[in-house]
Amino acid sequence: MIKKYFEKLQIALLAISSMITTVTIFLIVIFLFSYGIKFFTNSSIEKGYDIVVHESNPIQKLSPVILQQIFDQEYTFWHEVGGNQDSLEILHFEDLPNYYTEEQMGAEFELVGACITDYLSKHPNAITIIPSININSSFKGKIVEVASIKFADVFTTQKWFPTSKPIALFGILPMIIGTLLVSFGAIVLALPFGIACAIYMAEIMKSKWRKYLKPTIELLAGIPSVVYGFFGLVVIVPIIKNVFQLEVGETALAGSIILAIMALPTIITITEDAIQNVPNSVREASLSLGASKWQTILYVVLPFAKNGIITATVLGIGRAIGETMAVLMVTGNSAIIPNSFLQPVRTIPATIAAELGEAPFGGTHFQALFTLGCILFLFSMGINLYVNYTSRSKN
Amino acid sequence: MNKYIIEKIVFWVFRLMTLLVVGILVWILGFIAYHGIQVLSWDFLTKMPEEGMTKGGIFPAIVGTVCLMVGSMIFAFPIGVMSAIYLNEFLGEGKIKSLINLMTDNLAGIPSIVFGLFGMALFVNKLHFGDSIVAGSLTLGLLVLPIIIRTTETALKSIDDTYRHASYALGASKLYTIKNVVLPMAMPNVITGLILGMGRVSGETAPILFTAAAYFLPQLPDSIYDQVMALPYHLYVLATSGTDIETARPMAYGTALVLILFVLFCNLAANFIRSIKN
Repeated sequence: MIKKYFEKLQIALLAISSMITTVTIFLIVIFLFSYGIKFFTNSSIEKGYDIVVHESNPIQKLSPVILQQIFDQEYTFWHEVGGNQDSLEILHFEDLPNYYTEEQMGAEFELVGACITDYLSKHPNAITIIPSININSSFKGKIVEVASIKFADVFTTQKWFPTSKPIALFGILPMIIGTLLVSFGAIVLALPFGIACAIYMAEIMKSKWRKYLKPTIELLAGIPSVVYGFFGLVVIVPIIKNVFQLEVGETALAGSIILAIMALPTIITITEDAIQNVPNSVREASLSLGASKWQTILYVVLPFAKNGIITATVLGIGRAIGETMAVLMVTGNSAIIPNSFLQPVRTIPATIAAELGEAPFGGTHFQALFTLGCILFLFSMGINLYVNYTSRSKN
Repeated sequence: MNKYIIEKIVFWVFRLMTLLVVGILVWILGFIAYHGIQVLSWDFLTKMPEEGMTKGGIFPAIVGTVCLMVGSMIFAFPIGVMSAIYLNEFLGEGKIKSLINLMTDNLAGIPSIVFGLFGMALFVNKLHFGDSIVAGSLTLGLLVLPIIIRTTETALKSIDDTYRHASYALGASKLYTIKNVVLPMAMPNVITGLILGMGRVSGETAPILFTAAAYFLPQLPDSIYDQVMALPYHLYVLATSGTDIETARPMAYGTALVLILFVLFCNLAANFIRSIKN
């Protein structure tokens, strides 16, 4: 009797173990998205600071992007940002001692609020960012509401200044473009070699040699990404620098080359499997009609294996997009939108790896990095579901 | 042009491209080996880093990586094997099985940096493990879980049903059969999965960046709640952000070589076990 319950318990334990992967996926979703979504409730102005204008200014609310542009002096008139026709003046808080003496500001800076009030009354068109602590009884002015970070803004803003103060900008467009560019380059480089190698292994090579080539390709997959990154840094980067006469060799091209090498094993293995799965009868039919071996491969085998090759490509892209360390080490990591392969780029995974260590826990920057993680997660899920769907529809 | 001449040309092009792929592998391995072997010595393997990591050895990084390999396997191996047993021996084809299979595939496809984020949020912060061997091991364990499950499943599938039926015919229960007949037979291939998983763990950097790895530690860890140095992260530090990158270069080559030897050893061991079984 006890033995029976013990057996039941063991089976229950096995069942629970089998749930772990599913549970993990759900936990990943919960944790990533709870931080990632919280990001959009933040304001990008630093905590403890406020934007103030004169009471007569009709401006009520400004978006982070516009604020940043205002302080970058990209506007000269209030009506450009939705206000009246007056010209726009900026007061930098740190310039305040130029206008007021220490006595006027008070020994403990308790009168700064009054100074700001005074300044605003003299310059009614001014806008400034001040520590919220100065907004006390002596202060008269209007606090401008800063709109919280918007979904659309994040994907269209071209600037990523997550730590700039007091206004941080979280535009992830450069990273998305950087990731896609590097991965696209990698797949363009890797596909011809991957497919050629797979065809050679599956159709042309003597099986005696194939026995050795297969573990070799597997070994290529086993090399840690940080070793690829190191190799890229000390070999590929200097070569690119010399060949193209660049000042720095850390470019999108370097990333693409390294990622292409890393994606090769995935592409070769899956394509080879697909070619092996083509029934021999099809090949024989083609050969018996007088086609050469190459014609058979080109017109019969490859079209037959088309789905497998597409799967290989998609998985190769997936591998390239999610790769972190190698890309971090060779692409130069500047968050600008590149216009050629010879410029430094920054990818989504590299951004997370480079910045999470410095981002204060739970802060806006921290949450922004989790948002990037969510994008990566959704992307890898999409690729897996696609591959799963196509392989099931084939069966 | 004759179709056979075209064929010859095309095949030669393919042959050259394949050679190039193999050549790249040889180049990478040869390059690291050539430079690494010059610093590889007993001292290099057993000493602490000295003078801002430009001299001395990489002993703490080796210890750290071994800790993480063992730690992640203590967690992932039993769960992975049990999971595979349930999937292959108990669960019939159906919605639940395809859901679990789908989720396992998805887990395998998630980028390693996302594991790093997740491990940091759950193990380091929510469960208060801090940056530690436990947090890193659990994160890496989840990362290799799909590999263990898949290899074990394949191993179990390769056992012919006649063995199971013979055991049942002798009156053995299902669990008894699995424990005493199926698992022992599948063991060599299951161990292959374990070793491949360890190889994968030894080289992963992104998941331990925020869960376990330390830039530099003057002493070895003395509890599982300590941070550790790890080979892949040490290589990253030496290559990109050390105090003096140029002087540290020989150290970086040595570390890269040791790291590759770890992975190479795991791959060869796995292949060896597979070959004696067949």
